Amino acid sequence: MTASTSELTHVSRLSGVAFILKKALISAFVALVLFSLMVGIRTEAGPTGQLIYWTRFDDLAILVAIVFVGSIVIELFRQWWGPAGTARSIPQPVQSALDFAGRAIPPVLLILTFLVPVIFYNQRYILDLGILVLTYVMLGWGLNVVVGLAGLLDLGYVAFYAVGAYSYALLSTNLGLSFWTCLPLAGILAALWGVMLGFPVLRLRGDYLAIVTLAFGEIIRLVIINWQSLTGGPNGISAIPRPSFFGIPLTPGDDGLAARLGIEFSPTHRIVFLFYVILALALLTNWVTIRLRRLPIGRAWEALREDEVACRALGINTTTTKLTAFATGAMFGGFAGAFFATRQGFISPESFTFQESALVLAIVVLGGMGSQLGVALAALTLIGGFELFRGFDQYRMLVFGMAMVLLMIWRPRGLVGYRSPTVFLKRSEAISSELAREGRG
Amino acid sequence: MSGDNILNVDHLTMRFGGVVAVNDLSFEAERRKITALIGPNGAGKTTVFNCITGFYRPTSGAIRLTHDDGRSIQLERLNDFRIARQAKVARTFQNIRLFPGMTALENLMVAQHNALMLASGLTILGLIGAPSWRAAERHAIDQAKRWLDRIGLLERADDAAGNLPYGDQRRLEIARAMCTEPALLCLDEPAAGLNARESAALSELLLSIRDDHGTSILLIEHDMSVVMEISDHIAVMDYGVKIAEGLPKTVRDDPKVIAAYLGADEQEAIAVMESSP
Repeated sequence: MTASTSELTHVSRLSGVAFILKKALISAFVALVLFSLMVGIRTEAGPTGQLIYWTRFDDLAILVAIVFVGSIVIELFRQWWGPAGTARSIPQPVQSALDFAGRAIPPVLLILTFLVPVIFYNQRYILDLGILVLTYVMLGWGLNVVVGLAGLLDLGYVAFYAVGAYSYALLSTNLGLSFWTCLPLAGILAALWGVMLGFPVLRLRGDYLAIVTLAFGEIIRLVIINWQSLTGGPNGISAIPRPSFFGIPLTPGDDGLAARLGIEFSPTHRIVFLFYVILALALLTNWVTIRLRRLPIGRAWEALREDEVACRALGINTTTTKLTAFATGAMFGGFAGAFFATRQGFISPESFTFQESALVLAIVVLGGMGSQLGVALAALTLIGGFELFRGFDQYRMLVFGMAMVLLMIWRPRGLVGYRSPTVFLKRSEAISSELAREGRG
Repeated sequence: MSGDNILNVDHLTMRFGGVVAVNDLSFEAERRKITALIGPNGAGKTTVFNCITGFYRPTSGAIRLTHDDGRSIQLERLNDFRIARQAKVARTFQNIRLFPGMTALENLMVAQHNALMLASGLTILGLIGAPSWRAAERHAIDQAKRWLDRIGLLERADDAAGNLPYGDQRRLEIARAMCTEPALLCLDEPAAGLNARESAALSELLLSIRDDHGTSILLIEHDMSVVMEISDHIAVMDYGVKIAEGLPKTVRDDPKVIAAYLGADEQEAIAVMESSP
């Protein structure tokens, strides 16, 4: 206590002990009111149905004390940090080291990703997690076209994921088409649905657009549940064919890849193969998006996000521009969906709930709107981190939520808070996302 | 005179519910001339602009644009982006509407969207990096560079538009409009918020656009020093109707105009004029 008192007197020059104490007392009072019912009194139904309750005032006292002390610590930390907006000058060597690190991250990350199946060949869990993360990286990059570049808030992205998954599942189980034939078809079908969604929502902006896309995602899911004869309803579709290595199946039989190569069969081969398939698909998404950004269509998307009225004044057809954004994003969603179906071998409507849309959107927002690297890092953090917190058991969601809140306080514009110009004369200088608009259409 | 008008506005009326913003307005803009539309605040000037550039659909009346080759287009029948694309009418906005998170160069590249879109084979040629697309892109960058040079922003080509000083943003918006290679350039208060030196530079830029590019300009402006210096023809509006029209000199001495600006009635204005030397 004496240590904190001396610290308090030290800070009093800045803002005063009274202020900090007042703030801490208010926080503690709010915590008391909140937790008194949530923690202080515990109720339960007794064996004969009567209400029994007991008090846990000691827990309540501990919580309130934590809030009180924590509030003081945060306030002290804030004053040490200085007021918001203060430019903290970073020494030149540190700055250049940071710049170098920033440039080195993408290639290092890419090489590490390529090496994951080599390093963790015997760890099925890591490989499966890697596939999952890469699926979300791909979904994030796909949605990034719609939300990050074109600035159209899409809460129903999972619908295109579902369209892709069901396209492959139905085409392969009913018509016997192979994965590699169905993959482009799934993408095209999803893009078609993207255009179909695009048409009615073109006039809508911001919140209204978000609600309609949300509804669209639900409609697709409900149709899948209720169209029993085609989709199998809630039972889903099972026995979806696995992908082949360009026509050679990955099975233990004589015509399998292992037998042909003369090596011993192992089920891990298929996992590694799937890993590289999704990696290739994700990299394709990334490559196309980076390319598109430097083409007139990509610039028009970003311009649309910045100012739709100005776009129209320049003769840009905003209708087709929005539609192409929707279609491109949906197409990548469809690819990812087809991959999802072939990896699982079984799909049901349960995999395509709103929660998935929200998760993919969270990845895009957390990554920094429009940033490819940011989205990849966010997918790694969100999906991988979620697994990391598995040890916390029931507190997993709590820890996870807290981490998200803290991240959004420190980096409100996402992990990568700048956009790089698509064309430059002399130097490509990163533009702070503070300047870029988030888009209201 | 009516033989070589680029823009004919005929009996234009625009109503918003019960409010008549523009009432039976007729005026012309001559080819390769600067026509100014002036009037007190709320006179309906920007509404006229929004009708011409298709952001509003007029309640009644006709707006005809005649190109160099004699082809004429009825603007009141077209959408906003088609007016910019087909009729070649470009505009700027009263409150600057640049793309703030994009660089100055990118802003000018977006302005050349339609030409570049064709050159990129609707994205397909661009995606595979065809030589014809690369050439078109270089050409577009050169065009953007020329305009950046003209407005003195070549050094700041790679800076975010939102980071530029106010006056530079105004000029950049004009350059962006010019990158669409318009036949008619509509400027909504381009000198608003500029200092005397910047206003003079703006006048020079507008005169050079008229003389070197042969672009006709329609201008809304409150800064009388700019209007009187560069306009070839002035139309004055008040309460949605045209109250005067003519050469700068004639308009300046028109008692009706002075009355409208001073908010006094006509007799008082004449008295003021006669008493002044």
